[in-house]
Amino acid sequence: MTKKEALFNYLLQLGDNALIQGHRLSEWCSKAPFLEEDLALTNMALDNIGRAQSFLKYAGDIEGIGRTDDDLAYKRGERQFYNHLIYELPIGDFAYTIAKQLIISVFEYFQYTELTQSKDSTITGIASKSLKEIKYHKLHATDWCMRLGKGTVESHQRLQEAFNALWMYTVELFEMYESDAILVKDGIAIDLNIVKMKWKEMIATILKEATIDIPTVDYMQTGSRRGIHTEHLGHLLAEMQYLQRAYPDATW
Amino acid sequence: MDTQLDLWEVFIQNKAGSYVHAGSVHASDSQMALQNARDTYTRRQEGTSIWVIPAKYVVASNPEDAEMFFDPANDKIYRHPTFYVMPEGAKQI
Repeated sequence: MTKKEALFNYLLQLGDNALIQGHRLSEWCSKAPFLEEDLALTNMALDNIGRAQSFLKYAGDIEGIGRTDDDLAYKRGERQFYNHLIYELPIGDFAYTIAKQLIISVFEYFQYTELTQSKDSTITGIASKSLKEIKYHKLHATDWCMRLGKGTVESHQRLQEAFNALWMYTVELFEMYESDAILVKDGIAIDLNIVKMKWKEMIATILKEATIDIPTVDYMQTGSRRGIHTEHLGHLLAEMQYLQRAYPDATW
Repeated sequence: MDTQLDLWEVFIQNKAGSYVHAGSVHASDSQMALQNARDTYTRRQEGTSIWVIPAKYVVASNPEDAEMFFDPANDKIYRHPTFYVMPEGAKQI
């Protein structure tokens, strides 16, 4: 794999994570537990879609065959998506979304902190802007974990069950591929081993305070970097890409 | 049964520095109130600082007292600085 291909691949993963997270969060629109939370979740959805736009646009520039951010978002099939599996999982109940947002936002907090040091100035630019948003997403998820974890018997149970169900998707976040090594050597991509250590420590601290047990699972799910996804991504894309597929290049 | 969370009044600091009442939010604690206020009222760069205050602590004047409270100010225009003519040649005023 050439360096250019590796970078394209890397940018797609960053962009796809943001795009898919944004779409999932937007599914809460008009369905959140109450109005203010509805706004909070959809604000975060917009943060993510903005971030996806930046990364996919840059990915298109790097690829150099004229594909735009819209082309990459709406005209790729699921096997060409490289988001981590946990991002595409359905929103579940509110506790499930909060558990997912905690796992993701703590991961992204350390991932983007590292990315702000990248040797690629476009990546550092997007990362610096995104990090401010991610800090807020992390705060939002952490506070809700405390409320649900230490709330009622039911809220505690639902949150615990959510973490149990999501845990097998956590290791995939830190997987490094051959193509990453090329970029890490040049200081463009980041070393996820550092992120993994910090993620584990912070998640343990938060879960302990929220009186949630760290789940133990025997099997860890993986596959997204090879374009192999859960059964949920296809359904998500069917909805997200419907307009573009039914009416190609439609404009307002 | 009222299933709504507690009501909080939201004040946003504008460019001039004053905190202006923006509206209200529901929240179960002060941190949630701040975050909900941020998400509800500062999405379009309305300000850079927020106060949230439990609505139950707001003491409001009674509409029935409006005449007694506010009408006596009607005929006292001399309370406005514009009522007075600037003395000619005054430097420190």
